[in-house]
Amino acid sequence: MSDLKKIKDEYLSKLKVKLNLSEINQIKSDLFGKNGVLSLQFKKIGTIAETERKKFASDLNVIKDELQDLINSKMNEIENAEINQRLEKEKIDITLPERPFVRGKIHPVSQTIDEISSIFSEIGFSIEEGPDVENEYNNFTALNTPDNHPARDMHDTFYLDEKKEKLLRTHTSPVQIRTMLKDKPPFKIIAPGRTYRSDSDQTHAPMFHQVEGLHIDQELNMGHLKGCLNYFVKEFFEVKKIKMRFRPSHFPFTEPSAEVDIGYEMKDGKIIIGEGDQWLEILGCGMVHPNVLKNVKVDPTKFQGYAFGIGIDRLAMLKYGINDLRAFFDCDYRWLNHFGFDPLDVPTNYRGLSR
Amino acid sequence: MKITFDWLKDHLKTNFKEENLITQLTNIGLEVESLQSLSYGKELFKVAKIIKTEKHPNADRLKICDVSIGEKNLKKVVCGATNAKEGLITIYAPPGATVPKTKTKLEVANIRGVTSYGMLCSKSELNLSDESDGIVELSKSKYEKSIGKCYFPKINSNLIDLSITPNRPDCLGVRGVARDLAASGFGKLKDLKEKKIKSKIRPTFKVKINQEKNQGCSAFGSCLITNVKNTESPKWLKSKLISIGQKPISAIVDITNYVMLDINRPLHAYDLDKIEKGIIVRNSKSGEEFTALDNKHYKLENNMCVISDYKGVLGLGGIIGGTRSGTELNTKNILLESAYFEPRSIRNTAKKLNIDTDAKFRFERGIDPLSIEDGLNKAALLIKEICGGEISKVDIQKIKTFKTKIIKFNPALFEKISGFKISIKEMLKILDSLGFNAKKEKNYFKLNIPSWRPDISQEIDIVEELVRIIGYDKIKIIDPIKERTKSTLTQSQKLFHFLQRSIASKGYLEAITWSFADSNYNDYFKDKKKEIKILNPISSDLGVLRNSIFSNLIMYISKNIDRGFKDLSIFEIGPIFTGSDPGEQNTVVCGLSAGKKSRLSWIEKERNIDVFDVKRDVVQTLVEAGYNSDEFFTDNETPNYYHPGKSGRLFLNKEKNKVAAYFGEIHPNIIKKIDMKTESLVGFEIFLDNLKLSKKTLNDQKKRFIVSDYQKSERDFAFIINNDVNVQDLVNAISSVDHNLISNIKVFDSYEGEKIPENQKSVAINVTIQSFEKTLKDSDLEKINQLIIETVENKTGAKIRT
Repeated sequence: MSDLKKIKDEYLSKLKVKLNLSEINQIKSDLFGKNGVLSLQFKKIGTIAETERKKFASDLNVIKDELQDLINSKMNEIENAEINQRLEKEKIDITLPERPFVRGKIHPVSQTIDEISSIFSEIGFSIEEGPDVENEYNNFTALNTPDNHPARDMHDTFYLDEKKEKLLRTHTSPVQIRTMLKDKPPFKIIAPGRTYRSDSDQTHAPMFHQVEGLHIDQELNMGHLKGCLNYFVKEFFEVKKIKMRFRPSHFPFTEPSAEVDIGYEMKDGKIIIGEGDQWLEILGCGMVHPNVLKNVKVDPTKFQGYAFGIGIDRLAMLKYGINDLRAFFDCDYRWLNHFGFDPLDVPTNYRGLSR
Repeated sequence: MKITFDWLKDHLKTNFKEENLITQLTNIGLEVESLQSLSYGKELFKVAKIIKTEKHPNADRLKICDVSIGEKNLKKVVCGATNAKEGLITIYAPPGATVPKTKTKLEVANIRGVTSYGMLCSKSELNLSDESDGIVELSKSKYEKSIGKCYFPKINSNLIDLSITPNRPDCLGVRGVARDLAASGFGKLKDLKEKKIKSKIRPTFKVKINQEKNQGCSAFGSCLITNVKNTESPKWLKSKLISIGQKPISAIVDITNYVMLDINRPLHAYDLDKIEKGIIVRNSKSGEEFTALDNKHYKLENNMCVISDYKGVLGLGGIIGGTRSGTELNTKNILLESAYFEPRSIRNTAKKLNIDTDAKFRFERGIDPLSIEDGLNKAALLIKEICGGEISKVDIQKIKTFKTKIIKFNPALFEKISGFKISIKEMLKILDSLGFNAKKEKNYFKLNIPSWRPDISQEIDIVEELVRIIGYDKIKIIDPIKERTKSTLTQSQKLFHFLQRSIASKGYLEAITWSFADSNYNDYFKDKKKEIKILNPISSDLGVLRNSIFSNLIMYISKNIDRGFKDLSIFEIGPIFTGSDPGEQNTVVCGLSAGKKSRLSWIEKERNIDVFDVKRDVVQTLVEAGYNSDEFFTDNETPNYYHPGKSGRLFLNKEKNKVAAYFGEIHPNIIKKIDMKTESLVGFEIFLDNLKLSKKTLNDQKKRFIVSDYQKSERDFAFIINNDVNVQDLVNAISSVDHNLISNIKVFDSYEGEKIPENQKSVAINVTIQSFEKTLKDSDLEKINQLIIETVENKTGAKIRT
């Protein structure tokens, strides 16, 4: 048996048993140290007869690689075992709670306004605003509701002065006036915002939210009005089909005027929109009255169009199953948490309105 | 406006059923608000005869009555009425019946030890009259044979409550509703061929309308009816009134009411014998007084339209009559008034005196000026028929003559507005049946506006009439085009939207509170702003427009703390008001945080929420919104509702143009005054209108991407400075040394106390230095270090700590 084979067998058997790191290091140094058995063999290469030298060197290298690999893998094994052993000791109770976090929420009315804006954005409406304090002219007179008009009684108005010239807007319709006065037709806007009426009970709050819509162009008729609102309601309630009813009504600033009902039914105490044979009024609308257009210097023989007003709080109540209007403005921590929306949940038309 | 189908049928010939009626009414714009069954339970009330009465053993005033309702067994009823006696025919209600007046359901009751089965009823309990003294006494001759039969006539018709829009006074009468229905094809309007008064008796009585400025009465029609015997109304009339929920009073009152409800013609009956000499319709003078039929005393101002005699005011024309000339059961001679009052005058007077009556409601909307005579004919003849007497000739005084208005209508406008077509023939037919007497001339219609339609004055009104009657369901749906030519939001709206969600993402719950506030709370936060009072607040604690959102938020956060939530953050984004003119308002994001961070956490150390928490929320939000924090400038000039030492004012740049935000602890005195129990309360206000809006898109705003891969080095400095020097100044001084080389500055310690001289502090700062051009040599770095120390020492008076 050659020396090489002997060395190989000896050390293979040494490495077979269970070893610790220092024992392996010892073996390693026995083999490859300065005077290690294999190192010595390498030194011998030069003394070997030329005919056998090549084979000897080759054999030696094979043995060297084999032993080296074995030692490395043995060492890895041990290191891993040691790490595992250490990590085992570092184990914690992962069921302990995470570091505390707080979560903010968006109010359902704000969320609903964003939903509405997203829907109307897609059909080309842009957003306008107007002040909460209005003058009597913009809120009533310009909207074809003169002082002696009984329709004024339908608006319980908060006034700020004795002459009753300054008031809190009773609807978002004065934004129509402001928009048309500052620009030239065509107009295609919605105007969400706060509105105020001096009544207060379970179903009325002294402040509530409306969204006004105004679309004025050359060839708009009641079919466009119907189409626009039909589209809106379907999108808003995220249903494929919706039962809708337009019925004649009266608003001084539109003619013809309509109120819009949607069909619903009650199932297990929950309201299901779009089905059933009950009707629920959700908005008022109509063709903008020629007197209003004249008041804002738009020629009613050239331009016409439609306007609508929707109660935002009511839509939010219907969509999100909220029963009490007053709770919207009560700031109850529990309520805000329950009905609020995550701030990252931005309604858009590509993500969809709601999750 | 209440109607029944039965009453409608007085004017309308139709084969349709009630359920069709309900839909049709709503379809033509006469919205059905509710439908009520009238007969429900009424069939239980029986005509009954008291067979025997005996005294209640345990109560002096009660009797035990044996009552026959035509059955073998008598009913035992305990009754307290003094007029309950043997042989009396009255009305019996069994257990299970509901008393119309009180809406209570009767049960078998034990009354002082005696079991009573049901009740004997008074007129008032049955809503037959106000008479509550004793039980009903029915005439023997009429009812002897009806014992056991239902007292109330069977009513098949339900009570329909219509919500009539203010433009349609004509539909405040049953006939007006019938006319609309007929036009829509729901039947045929009956021609009633009303009789006319044929009298040769000249009224012995003068009526005069004063020609005055602002005279509220333009026509006054009247006739006298003498020697009447006022009485209870006949059954048909009573049941008509009852059928729509009205209470019969006496024939004369009932008849005037009936005519009003039937054809929307308000009338007023005076007791002629109580009028002094004659009637003068005139403007009131300030200080005049009278007692009205609602038993209230009214003091009048100048220029209210009054009906007076030679002694004084009798009543307010078209609004309410007076007690002095009211008719009673023993009234013998009547003056019947049928007049036209101007809506504007009615409205002004009623508003000033705060009176709301049925007549006022109708005149204010506009009564048919040509119905004066019809009303007198119909009512006077009925009075004569029921109460007897003699009718005089009709007298009509006028200061204006009504002229029928004519409009030209271009039928093409119909399609232009409605979007669909109907034939000229159909248009003419509808307009005719609505009373327009339409005539086609060349390319337009010539229309006479009916006298009962004050709401119609222009072509668009005619379009509405046509679409309404044909039905809105005929309007075609035209789907909207999904096309956007203009951006949906403006820059400031985008900012609003962004800040709202940015603040919420930092743990704040969004609240929406009233734009009004309690002036007590508002006072704490109004600073230098003026208080804006609401003239007619809904309650005194919502009496002013808010000058700050804090006024409301603090109240609600306090309420939530009372509910047991100790650590919470809420915010609102909305208007605050700086004046009472339109536009004097600012949009503010305002937040409040109370309590502790990490309360009861097993891992984090709990601590009070503090001013640097809100400072982070404000700064982070502004940075997220796109503002450069390197340019921010903070000082400590804040409004008086903040803690004077622990609050700040933030500007977007050093020019200090407009305040971007305030933040800080809320002044402890306020917390104390409102008795709020919290460890800490901090808040902020960000003023949207003061934030500069970029005209550039985000794309243009981004700077070119340049980074340095040369080695960076960090150096720590510790400076001792006077307490009144701001760290901000220190940092600015360092950054001014070389903007290109100094890439980051971090304050990692601020310390006062041991080893530091009094009124001074030690501030430790870490500075990162990196060049875009080369790796800095030690000598370069040393130069910069020296420069930093020199600059800071020169600019701020600080000393480097060695």
